[in-house]
Amino acid sequence: MTDNPHISVQNLNLYYGANHALKNISINIPDKKVTSFIGPSGCGKTTLLKTFNRLHDSLTDVRVEGKVLVDGENIYDKGIEVTHIRKKMGLLSQRPFPLPMSIFDNIAYGPRIHGTRNKKQLQVIVEQQLRDVALWDEVKDRLYSPAVRLSIGQQQRLCLARGLAVSPEIILGDEPTSALDPKSTQKIEELFLQLKEKYTIILVTHILRQARRMSDFIVFVFNGEIIEFGPTEELLLNPKEELTKDYVKGFLS
Amino acid sequence: MRKLEENIFKILMIIASALVVGSFFLIVFTIVKKGLPAMNLDMITKTPERGFYIGKEGGILNVIIGSLYLALGSSLLALLVSLPIVIYINLYLKTGSWLGSVTRLSYDVLFGIPSIVYGAFGFTIMIYFGLKASLLGGIIAVTLLVIPIMIRTMDEVMRTVPKELLDASYTLGATRLETVKILLRQSAVGILTAILLSFGRAIGDAASVMFTAGFSDNITTSLTDPAPTLPLAIFFQLSSPIEEVQARAYASALVLTIIVLLISISARILTKRFSKNKI
Repeated sequence: MTDNPHISVQNLNLYYGANHALKNISINIPDKKVTSFIGPSGCGKTTLLKTFNRLHDSLTDVRVEGKVLVDGENIYDKGIEVTHIRKKMGLLSQRPFPLPMSIFDNIAYGPRIHGTRNKKQLQVIVEQQLRDVALWDEVKDRLYSPAVRLSIGQQQRLCLARGLAVSPEIILGDEPTSALDPKSTQKIEELFLQLKEKYTIILVTHILRQARRMSDFIVFVFNGEIIEFGPTEELLLNPKEELTKDYVKGFLS
Repeated sequence: MRKLEENIFKILMIIASALVVGSFFLIVFTIVKKGLPAMNLDMITKTPERGFYIGKEGGILNVIIGSLYLALGSSLLALLVSLPIVIYINLYLKTGSWLGSVTRLSYDVLFGIPSIVYGAFGFTIMIYFGLKASLLGGIIAVTLLVIPIMIRTMDEVMRTVPKELLDASYTLGATRLETVKILLRQSAVGILTAILLSFGRAIGDAASVMFTAGFSDNITTSLTDPAPTLPLAIFFQLSSPIEEVQARAYASALVLTIIVLLISISARILTKRFSKNKI
């Protein structure tokens, strides 16, 4: 672990109205590794993930205390430019949400926003990103047709490519394979394993086998608290906490 | 027994559907049957000439043009007011904010106000500004009438835009203003429907234009000219005891129906084209 990780959370508390959803979270996310958040439904793992790029901003009644440092900057500081934080992270949600435009425009959307207007340059970016997610050969002949016509698995890879096109440092995955068939799931998993060479990846998953296949580190979240954080095999095979033991028991048997 | 129940309700539903389809055809049939004899090229290419209202030469070109001006003007004006409102409540306000609820309640109330009240309200505004019955006055009253329709139709569509789709745009570092594009593209069909619905309502409403738009036998050439409208033309001609003039009322109704029908059909066609990118 480096001394200055991309993401460092310090004493983070989050409230939905009166509901204390995240309790005193402190964690340094290891750079260029896959870290999985596991835990039962409603434990706060997705909430925690979304605090990293401030996706709670559009909800009323959400109060955040504490710090989330991204590259040393507290993203909850007043006066921080939230678009600049978000650009550093790609997000894959549970279901793919392609933008209502063509395949090409989906990938070019981010670069265009951040100032790339040159058609040639955009074409290079689009091709590169589509190749990176192994989608190029499948779509190269219909780049200008609507992205919604792709299969769900292809859409999810498109969304990944779209996120990568703004050159983030971090990839957030919120159960990114939960809507996909086994084959598409496998493709996404393979991509993530390739991508961790270049990116810091945080994955929320409720599939322990997936967490084991994919991650270098696991964070076990329960009832809004981090119960245990450690290297994958150690945490799964030799958990220190009773709660973790109970939760991973099903996985072992 | 349950099978019988199933069948009874199925028959009731079929009857209800038949009623709607039937009345549509009956209305069209009546208008065509009564209006077609009075329908000729003069009717839609000429303005009223001397003695038009006792059954002599002329047509209702002035009325058609007045109605189109009025409906176009008020739909555009209403769009300019409504679009920022729906974008604001759907994109800028947080989910569940009180300002959003108050706005939604207000337009729901306005939606239920009868058009004669808008006419009267528009009339008061005109008197205040010293305006005479004119195209401008009519546009103001009808705009007030269609704004709630427009907002409601657009808002209902925009509320169904998944939050995750907007989040996808934010995640890429887009600002709210940049994300407006995504919201508009995803709800393009709804916006189009709202415009056409408002246009249809605007062109067909009599009560709101009665005091505000006035009537004249000349083609409207400026905002301060009176703007004759189809619903009022139908009303005046139908009140006449002369048979030829009454037939012209039905011919006018036929023109109005055709315009509204054309709008509905183009809405259908455009809807298909606009929804191809929609998720």
